[in-house]
Amino acid sequence: MYDVIIVGAGVVGAHIARTLARYQLDILLLDKASDVGEGTTKANTAIVHAGYDAKPGSNKARFNLAGNAMFDTVCRELDVEFDRCGSYVVGVSEEARATLEDLYRRGLENGTPGLELISGEEMRRREPGLTEDTVGALYAATGGIVDPFALCYAAAENAVANGVELRLETEVQGFIWEGDAIVGVETNRGPFRSRWVVIAAGLWVDDLMHEAGLEGFTITPRKGEYFVLDREAKTAVQNVLFPCPTPVSKGILVTPTIHGNVMLGPTAEDIEDKENLSTTAAGLNEVMTGALRLMPQLDARWIIRSFTGLRAAGSTGDFLIEIPDEVQGLLVLAGIESPGLTASPAIAEHVAAMLGEAGLPLVERPDFNPIRHGTPRFSLLSREEQEALIAQDPRYGRIVCRCETVTEAEIVAACHAPIPARTYDAMKRRTRIGTGRCQGAFDTPLVLEIMAREYGVSPLELTQKGGASHMVVRRTKEVAE
Amino acid sequence: MKQLACDVLVIGSGPAGLAAAWEAKQQGAERVMLLERNDELGGILPQCIHNGFGVREFGDDLTGPEYAYRWIAKAHEARLEILSETMVLDVGRDRRVVASSRDHGLVEITPRALVLAMGCRERPRGALAIPGSRPAGIYSAGTAQRLVNMEGYMPGRRFVILGSGDIGMIMARRLTLEGAEVVAMLEILPYISGLRRNLVQCIRDFDIPLELCTTVAEVRGRDRVESVVVSGVDEQWRPLPGTDREIACDTLLLSVGLIPENELSRMAGVAIDPVTGGPYVDESFCTNVPGIFAAGNVVHVYDLVDDVSENARIAGRSAGRYVTQGAPPEDGSVRLLAGTNVRHVVPHTVHLSRLEQEAVVLNLRVRQPIEEPVRVEVRAGDEALVSRRYRYARPSEMIALTLPSALASRLAAYDAVNIDVIS
Amino acid sequence: MAEQREFICVTCPVGCSIEALVEGQELIEMRGQACGRGEHFVQEELTDPRRMLTTTVRVRGGTLPLVPVRSSAPLPQHLLMEVARALRQVELEAPVQEHQVVLENVFDTQVDIVTSRPLNAA
Repeated sequence: MYDVIIVGAGVVGAHIARTLARYQLDILLLDKASDVGEGTTKANTAIVHAGYDAKPGSNKARFNLAGNAMFDTVCRELDVEFDRCGSYVVGVSEEARATLEDLYRRGLENGTPGLELISGEEMRRREPGLTEDTVGALYAATGGIVDPFALCYAAAENAVANGVELRLETEVQGFIWEGDAIVGVETNRGPFRSRWVVIAAGLWVDDLMHEAGLEGFTITPRKGEYFVLDREAKTAVQNVLFPCPTPVSKGILVTPTIHGNVMLGPTAEDIEDKENLSTTAAGLNEVMTGALRLMPQLDARWIIRSFTGLRAAGSTGDFLIEIPDEVQGLLVLAGIESPGLTASPAIAEHVAAMLGEAGLPLVERPDFNPIRHGTPRFSLLSREEQEALIAQDPRYGRIVCRCETVTEAEIVAACHAPIPARTYDAMKRRTRIGTGRCQGAFDTPLVLEIMAREYGVSPLELTQKGGASHMVVRRTKEVAE
Repeated sequence: MKQLACDVLVIGSGPAGLAAAWEAKQQGAERVMLLERNDELGGILPQCIHNGFGVREFGDDLTGPEYAYRWIAKAHEARLEILSETMVLDVGRDRRVVASSRDHGLVEITPRALVLAMGCRERPRGALAIPGSRPAGIYSAGTAQRLVNMEGYMPGRRFVILGSGDIGMIMARRLTLEGAEVVAMLEILPYISGLRRNLVQCIRDFDIPLELCTTVAEVRGRDRVESVVVSGVDEQWRPLPGTDREIACDTLLLSVGLIPENELSRMAGVAIDPVTGGPYVDESFCTNVPGIFAAGNVVHVYDLVDDVSENARIAGRSAGRYVTQGAPPEDGSVRLLAGTNVRHVVPHTVHLSRLEQEAVVLNLRVRQPIEEPVRVEVRAGDEALVSRRYRYARPSEMIALTLPSALASRLAAYDAVNIDVIS
Repeated sequence: MAEQREFICVTCPVGCSIEALVEGQELIEMRGQACGRGEHFVQEELTDPRRMLTTTVRVRGGTLPLVPVRSSAPLPQHLLMEVARALRQVELEAPVQEHQVVLENVFDTQVDIVTSRPLNAA
């Protein structure tokens, strides 16, 4: 019997788990995927939004602002890289001037600090590669960039370190009822009972709501396609650059990533299939065309990867965070699309308060430790620190991924971390192996070997991302004739 | 940090690094050091188990491992200092190299001359932006080669190979011999991009369907690749509507080109030619940074390993001379420009005083195939300074053209000359 | 009846395109070969096409699970798959020497299968 079951270990669920771990509660965090953050969390624009564009008075505006203000502390506690580098909305047409002023006013209304309208000339001075058509920009000093998966992982790991139980590959198939009250979940791994069920299931939240008898709310997967560019592109792009939004979309961004690459995207296309993560020729073309409108000299030869993310666009257009009247023991988080990443730590605080008000006893644990230390990332350290690490553990001396300078020790550590990297992609998200310009061509055989050794399994059992996604299928000489 | 000194340091012990290091030693450089990231020398050669290596270098038809071991034996004989399982992290303009290894930790090596011999890497899927899903089962041909030949694992059962580079063709045969099915090889160009002998002995011999002017328009599959949609292309390589066809497979191998590996070169301030992807070099394979030389596929991707070794020797010799005789005097030079139907020419410049002493061989690649006799010419304005006939010109086959020493005096009148290939 | 056929010589990496006039198994005339081996190649293609075989065999207790092997001379082309299949059954014991004979006079061809590198015991 748990006090709280959180369904969905994305960035929202992970923050809720970590926040609730402060209290003397038995908490279970569930996800149907083979890793945390496998849904919208791992594939989005990775921006910590300043909060000027949400509708004043909305949940989006409220939690965006509150979440943004928490990022320095949260990322410091969780040992997650975060760069509050500021962001720009760039106008490239005369009509854009009015849009920029609207955004500026809306930002003031929302209470967004550090907003400034700047001239096209000044904008091009700050970002020399921008189109000559630049007429002006809105600067938001509190915008930033982060690795959303790293944040989710770190929050989940810190939650686990503070006693939260995490179960992956555990899919909720229904609820356990007692009268009008939900008292647990039925899963593919059996039933789990609890006083409260919090559903933070992203794209799948509407299915669970319907299962709980809550009708009306729907999620539409909104597909966003992206390009990732080689680090070389970083010479051409200094800042987070949004185009002026149109009624249908925020448009194609050009932005540095926290890891030193450049990202372009996303498109915005409403689809039906919640698992359709495919890219399309038309979508990728739209990304490049859109990006070139801002930065005409971007070079397609810098592209090293494309991917698709699905936002969980809710039918109300705002975040829905409620304890529905119809059902007891259930808290719903739905429609947490952009700026959901930014809002996530503030949403978690709010959820804890809601549960407390609803009668869940929130007694602080004296031994709660908000501090998490990640595995040292060799490539980011000084030579002296690198030497010290190798002296401690010689496996830090062996570079397994040449493009991103990832060492064997980092891979081994990820195998034995509180949330082990069970798949190649999980390893990639934790350590950055295979994310550079060779995209795993060099490291894959080495990583398979290390993971097989550390887990005591055959490489034949390892998968890229769980399920049947095996990386190798048989031994070379073992042919079924 | 542990400090090491040497005369010539070579980064990479593939065919280029081995030849360059050996040759530097022959020139009288006393301490020649070879850095290799793997636990054995030879770079990519140990996984290239097919034959076709060494016909020119050793007069024998060798497999990759045999070719490597011939050179490794020479390296040991020449008493080269070898640091294996060592990865270079940083190279400075002053040739200071920082490297990391399990056994020695970080080491700093400051050689009097440095040879860059890191080789090349394969173009990944991302660079092609092939639309579709992102399942397991998409590999570059070289990664599959390592898995199959060295690690002992098959990456799939039913393959489609995109691209007709040599590694792709070699792997088509290799996979077939190991009991897998290669259901198609697709090439976006109207001609294969690898060697013609491989078309015969790897593709036709094994009845592997080859489709030209065709590409993968979409990858399908959730966990593992389930199929690819292939499509004919127009002249701009765009998929042609109505030519789509789905091919069931569990693996897509990519053999779509090689890119010189120059991360370290860039760190050292070496200027890179955007066309070749390698450093600008002169006839001695010296880069724009004095004392830093480039050898083998770092400069531009050669067709044959024998070519790599042969050209790397020049780089090694130059590095050896640089430490024994000092920097050569900077004197008049002429730039060699890629002219009609020429994609690139290496070297980029030739110093005339050195051409006077020794003929210089130019390597060039054409843009378009010409399947009839062509003339390769060195032209200055209307004047053809050199003109040589070849039976044909193909992008997949590098053309070598010798500039005789006697040409030096005539070149002195020009800043730059064009290299043209015309029918 | 004589016919015009095109060959790509695989003897060396140059890969000469050879145009040959042949009648059955008989070579009447040819052009395009850059060296004398081209003629030998075409003759053989007409009567007894041969290819080098390169593959691997298993090794027990080595630093790698496989060692590369090659035929000591070109094998009749129609035997390649069969020899490769036979080699799947072979397992050597580390250490392995370079050019160690793996299968002697394979399928009575007078050709041996030999290793193409040494391999240490792990």
